[in-house]
Amino acid sequence: MKYLHLIWAALFRRKTRTILTLVSIVAAFLLFGLLDAVRISFAEAGKSANGAERLQVGARLSFIQPLPQGLGAQIAQVPGVRDVAHANWFGGAYQDPHNQIFTFAVSPNYFDVYPEVEVDPEQRKAFDANLNGILVGEVIMKKYGWKIGDKLPLQSQIFPNKEGSKNWNFDIMGVMKSKDNKAFQSQMIVLHWKNFDETTPYNHGSVGWYIVRVNDVNDSDRVARAIDAISANSDHETKTMTEQAATANWIKQLADIGLIVTSIMGAVFFTLVLLTGNTMMQAVRERTSELAVLKTIGFSNGSVLAMVLAESVLLLVLGGVIGLGLVSLISMALPALSGGMITHTSVGAKSWSLGLALAIAIGVVIGALPAMRAMRLNIVDALAGR
Amino acid sequence: MKFLMGLLTFVVALVGVFVFLSLSWQALPVLLVLLALWMLLTHRGQQAASVTAVGLSTLAQRLGSSAVIVVGIAGVVAVLVAMLAMAQGYSDTLRRTGGLDTAIVLRGASAAEVSSVLSHDNAIVIADAPGIAKDDEGKPIASPELVVAANLPMKGGNPEEDFGSVQLRGIGEEAWKLRTNAKIVAGRRFAPGVRELVAGKGAQRQFDGLEVDHEIKLGNQLWKVVGIFESKDAMESELWGDADVVGPTYRPSGSKSSSAVYVRLTGADAFEPFKAALTSDPRLQVDVSTTDDYFSKQSEGTSKAITAIGIVVGAIMAIGAIFGALNTMFAAVASRAREIATLRAIGFRGLPVVVAIMLETMLLALIGGVLGGLIAWLIFNGFSASTLAAGTTGQLTFQLEVAPKVLWTGLKWALAIGFIGGIYPALRAARLPVTTALREQ
Repeated sequence: MKYLHLIWAALFRRKTRTILTLVSIVAAFLLFGLLDAVRISFAEAGKSANGAERLQVGARLSFIQPLPQGLGAQIAQVPGVRDVAHANWFGGAYQDPHNQIFTFAVSPNYFDVYPEVEVDPEQRKAFDANLNGILVGEVIMKKYGWKIGDKLPLQSQIFPNKEGSKNWNFDIMGVMKSKDNKAFQSQMIVLHWKNFDETTPYNHGSVGWYIVRVNDVNDSDRVARAIDAISANSDHETKTMTEQAATANWIKQLADIGLIVTSIMGAVFFTLVLLTGNTMMQAVRERTSELAVLKTIGFSNGSVLAMVLAESVLLLVLGGVIGLGLVSLISMALPALSGGMITHTSVGAKSWSLGLALAIAIGVVIGALPAMRAMRLNIVDALAGR
Repeated sequence: MKFLMGLLTFVVALVGVFVFLSLSWQALPVLLVLLALWMLLTHRGQQAASVTAVGLSTLAQRLGSSAVIVVGIAGVVAVLVAMLAMAQGYSDTLRRTGGLDTAIVLRGASAAEVSSVLSHDNAIVIADAPGIAKDDEGKPIASPELVVAANLPMKGGNPEEDFGSVQLRGIGEEAWKLRTNAKIVAGRRFAPGVRELVAGKGAQRQFDGLEVDHEIKLGNQLWKVVGIFESKDAMESELWGDADVVGPTYRPSGSKSSSAVYVRLTGADAFEPFKAALTSDPRLQVDVSTTDDYFSKQSEGTSKAITAIGIVVGAIMAIGAIFGALNTMFAAVASRAREIATLRAIGFRGLPVVVAIMLETMLLALIGGVLGGLIAWLIFNGFSASTLAAGTTGQLTFQLEVAPKVLWTGLKWALAIGFIGGIYPALRAARLPVTTALREQ
């Protein structure tokens, strides 16, 4: 620690070069922070505490296949099941068929299985009382500037109403909120399943999927198997998974985010090692005589090695901290800029520690060669300029 | 003052780069010829050429630091080209699926096939519309198709957990006449009326058990895979079976309905009358578009998103590479300060020096760009990727396409990075006070 001043002076011996190198490092770690935030937000989707105790029961055949309504009562009989709610895909779009808003038709006890979704009790009562009512997620509500009490025309991409038109009209009765908008309901609309089933001539009492809340998280595998056993060998076999597994499966089908992020980061850090490695080599070569002087006045080989290594690690850590700091700033501004559509980007302790570990590792790797060179320096040759 | 000059240079350089990035490839030879003419014909140009030659001859001594520019830029270009190739492959795969002489009819206000339902009666009316090509037997080539989804285990995964969604298309005899590009490459076509399937090559790559004569389980029914087809478009990611068998499996009530009707038109000019006839028919409430239009629209969002991600990542990496290049070239200028000062002392002007250093940087950048493009091409051209495509219920497999257009974009980025990375060192070299530079060291 007492040599920090010396290391710092050596690092900024050539200001332009160090600053230019530093900007490159900052750019690399900025990219690392952003990509890691993306990777983590995908990896942790569905991993909330409540997500583990929820099971999703869908048709084994495919996710677009409906299930019979009677199955709900049978699922409720399975030991270990606490609540059973159900939902249907409505396929909502506002104004333009391509402007999709996720809209589900849900059972009255839907919110029992999603305790993290907050609805004002008054609004909830009003929603329950009005068959044509809907609840709108806070993010969507803000995005379009709707108010409670508004009539909302919503297009279903699939289901016509009684008149055969796919333009439905709903009454906004309340808002679904959640902490930090983390629950997906903050970005969607729910309507009464009863209204949906009675209005569209195509549903005939079928259910899109069931959501089951179990008593004990550790018991969910057994419960899932028991639920699937109910409809085994029928024409509506089910597939039950935890919400977490279902989300992970969905994301995996969307894209191999991990692979993409890893390969980009591989390219970035490979380039970075070469770039900063060159800078360090230059810096040590330039200072050959200075290092020789250090050795002459009594610095041991080991401490010269340590000082050069410390210099390169300091350079990397400095760049890494600035880069990750920038990401933190950006991710704070992002939810505001995107109108609340992006909520999950935050640079957690995990990203920081991984980033810093990488910075130190790269610092050691690129410092190793110049440091060895400095250590093996022959005082007489170096001072003579040979 | 100095700061203002620097800022001005920066703005000018930036504007230049943006103009350059929007150029098409034809402009490059023109620029090169102009440069060559200038170097051959004018006095300054000849000076610039000789200074460049001197600089390049000493390049070998600066191999290590020059490699920083080459590798830095190669990294940027490789990542950028890979991302753009992904967007290109995705949109090309979907675009190839459509054509101007085939049309798709969906129920009104349905954004995609999966959300559309047409009754059997509708399908008959649609097949009667004018402008539809006839087959050898004089029947209109109109194919009512039912699109549903099926869950299948993914290749190389745990069959209980790693399942994916594949689009299952129920088709009739007419579909083969409509999609002349679909060829059976193994086995045979499915027989009508039985639970038999043919699988696309893309789906076969993605999912387990899609081999000729294998049986797969859809729900609680066993279906036999009897053939593999190749169509080199989005259809390759699907399974095809007889609509009259697929229908009852998925839609026990109203089993004769379909999702969409595809028709082959007598020609591209037959589309407008065909559309007019259907939209004015009071029995129907449908949307009509050419398949070209339909599939291009489906690919738009995703390919734009991939391109945007590629450009953002590429831009951040480019910033890193620019500063790496600046570093190297500043060092190069510093080590050649004496040589440059000598040239200026014997009468060389500033411009040739600037041009020489710019050319050296751009040459290194070009090598980096070519290297990066080559790496991307070797690793990623033809690389299979898959995603849940917009407007379908199944995974779409596609291949990354390192097209010439994509490579050209990569090269332009490389040259732009070289340009910005070279301009400041070049200006410094030209402004170096001759006397101090000669006296130093």
